Amino acid sequence: MRIVADNLACRRSERLIFANLSFTLADGQALVVTGRNGAGKSSLLAILAARLRPEAGNVRVEGAGEAPLTELVNFVGHRDGLKSALTAEENLAFARAILGRAALTPKEALARVGLEHAARLPVAYLSAGQRRRVGLARLFVSARPVWLLDEPTSALDAASQEALGVAMRDHLAAGGLIIAATHAPLGLDGAATLRIERPVLAADAGEAA
Amino acid sequence: MWSLANPTRFMALAGRILPWLAAASAVLLAAGLYLAFFVAPADYQQGETVRIMFIHVPTAWLGLFFYTLMSLSAVGTLVWRHPLADVSQKAAAPIGAAFTFVCLVTGALWGKPMWGTWWVWDARLTSMLVLLLMYLGVMAMWRTVEDPGRAARAVSILTLVGFVNVPIVKFSVDWWNTLHQPASVFRLGGPTIHASMLWPLLVMALAFTLLSAALHLAGMRTEILRRRVRTLSILEAERLDREAA
Amino acid sequence: MTRALAALLVRDLKLAGRIGGSGALGLGFFVMLVTVVPFALGPDLNLLARIGPAILWLAAVLATLIGLDRLFQADEEDGSLDLLMHAEAPLELIVVVKGFAHWLTTGLPLALCAPFLGLLIALTPEAMLAVSATLLVGTPALTFIGGVGAALTATMRRGGLLLSVLVLPLMVPTLIFGVSAANAATGGTIPFLTPFLILIALSLLAIVIGTVAAAAALRHGS
Repeated sequence: MRIVADNLACRRSERLIFANLSFTLADGQALVVTGRNGAGKSSLLAILAARLRPEAGNVRVEGAGEAPLTELVNFVGHRDGLKSALTAEENLAFARAILGRAALTPKEALARVGLEHAARLPVAYLSAGQRRRVGLARLFVSARPVWLLDEPTSALDAASQEALGVAMRDHLAAGGLIIAATHAPLGLDGAATLRIERPVLAADAGEAA
Repeated sequence: MWSLANPTRFMALAGRILPWLAAASAVLLAAGLYLAFFVAPADYQQGETVRIMFIHVPTAWLGLFFYTLMSLSAVGTLVWRHPLADVSQKAAAPIGAAFTFVCLVTGALWGKPMWGTWWVWDARLTSMLVLLLMYLGVMAMWRTVEDPGRAARAVSILTLVGFVNVPIVKFSVDWWNTLHQPASVFRLGGPTIHASMLWPLLVMALAFTLLSAALHLAGMRTEILRRRVRTLSILEAERLDREAA
Repeated sequence: MTRALAALLVRDLKLAGRIGGSGALGLGFFVMLVTVVPFALGPDLNLLARIGPAILWLAAVLATLIGLDRLFQADEEDGSLDLLMHAEAPLELIVVVKGFAHWLTTGLPLALCAPFLGLLIALTPEAMLAVSATLLVGTPALTFIGGVGAALTATMRRGGLLLSVLVLPLMVPTLIFGVSAANAATGGTIPFLTPFLILIALSLLAIVIGTVAAAAALRHGS
């Protein structure tokens, strides 16, 4: 399958965040989105996750049958999407049921991020780094082909970052797609890089006047 | 910037129409008030107080009409994402609320001599009161969301849910009213209204309609200008930010 | 898809029961409101019995409103809403299940608890039964009408007050027919079934319209 983004533009409260942004991504390919803070990395991911409507342009999926992009993506944003009152295992079991295409069990997924001992603990008891790892373990409970990652390495120690790198390379080798917004290197050789710059402002202001 | 290009034409057009519309409504209003107060006869039962009708009835009709207009604009916002539809919705809310409020106040003024009390839970008055509450909800929603685009979409959904609710409210209030109200409910107008009262009423209705159209256009122009100021302020802040960096 | 929806129902029920959940809170508020009313009105049992159904219904409306602001806001804050929007089920069904879970933890307990509170305000057994039955079929309307407001205010920090202002006028018909049906059961000129069936119709209508509108509000909210 292929993801094609065509001339995307994003505007948030009158500010043009980016414009004319296009890319194509096929099986086994990764796209690393970089840019300084506030450049619109998270906005691009939110558009791909169908949580933000682009000002112009569109995103389409080719060769994936009927399924819309929302049913193909596994999104880990900067909010973990975890319920503090539920245990790590319950959170992952819920994600597994909601996302469908069941892959690893919650226990196995937690083992993969080195947290099998925390399976029965409410997420509220975990540290920021541990919560992040539980959030990332969601990638393993469902066999969704597209990983959308927003700053996946934040709050992770070196060992966990290394493990995440291994998991991402495995996913690509198995024919998956990854789109990650980050300003830290992810260790993905051969990944395409998309640098988001702010569009020139003078023209924008001129038109408004 | 596309979101301003289209309103620009609207601004020019509305600017040209507005003085004529305002003048026409002033003339008609003067004529209508003259007819209502000096030409139309006093009612043999209600006396002079019947003249309240000439304001009460047009405002009731406009109160309902503006909710319909808001709902149509809401469809424009959600389906066609037209910026003018957003502006039309926002400008319509306070005008509709004001007419509904005037309708309630004149209803109460009329009620005092007729029923001996300022307020009765008459089915029509009660429906209008719920309508006013719905207007206030819509206006509260406009005030809460800062981003105009997001506010417009949220208000649209609220307005349309309210629009579906209006007939249900009317039906349930009628039902409730027949349960609780003694049979002395005063019915407005009716089919036997005399021509000497009908003509002033029609002139007043037309005058108020033109007045409301003028107010709506003026409100839309103000809202467009407000959005331009907002956009320019944000862009200017951004430019200064960039120069400083 | 069924598995996803079942998992969502179980999760929301669990959350209502765990620490920080709002499971018993609405019920507690309901009990307190009904208890406080006689202090304002005086202990005249005849008066209380006459307006008892109205008291219970008003308390039910307020108790439903009090917990509704968190219906979608909690999921929006921690990012779970992203997950729900990517579910293998239409957002409308997600909204229905969340509303149903909320009703199970708010509306249903109110209906079950109403007879016991009826004792305090001298309701006859028939009246208690009637109030319970009307609350049972009427509270879904309150939940789903409120759900629209909850979806509209999901991203607002203090959405609770706005939510009430937005949805209370929309709850007027439900209130009218709920109290009418409860009163009709204990006397009066109209048969119980007429307002009762209209109340059921209002609930079904609210479930449909409320679901579509809440899902639209969540989609457009971002």
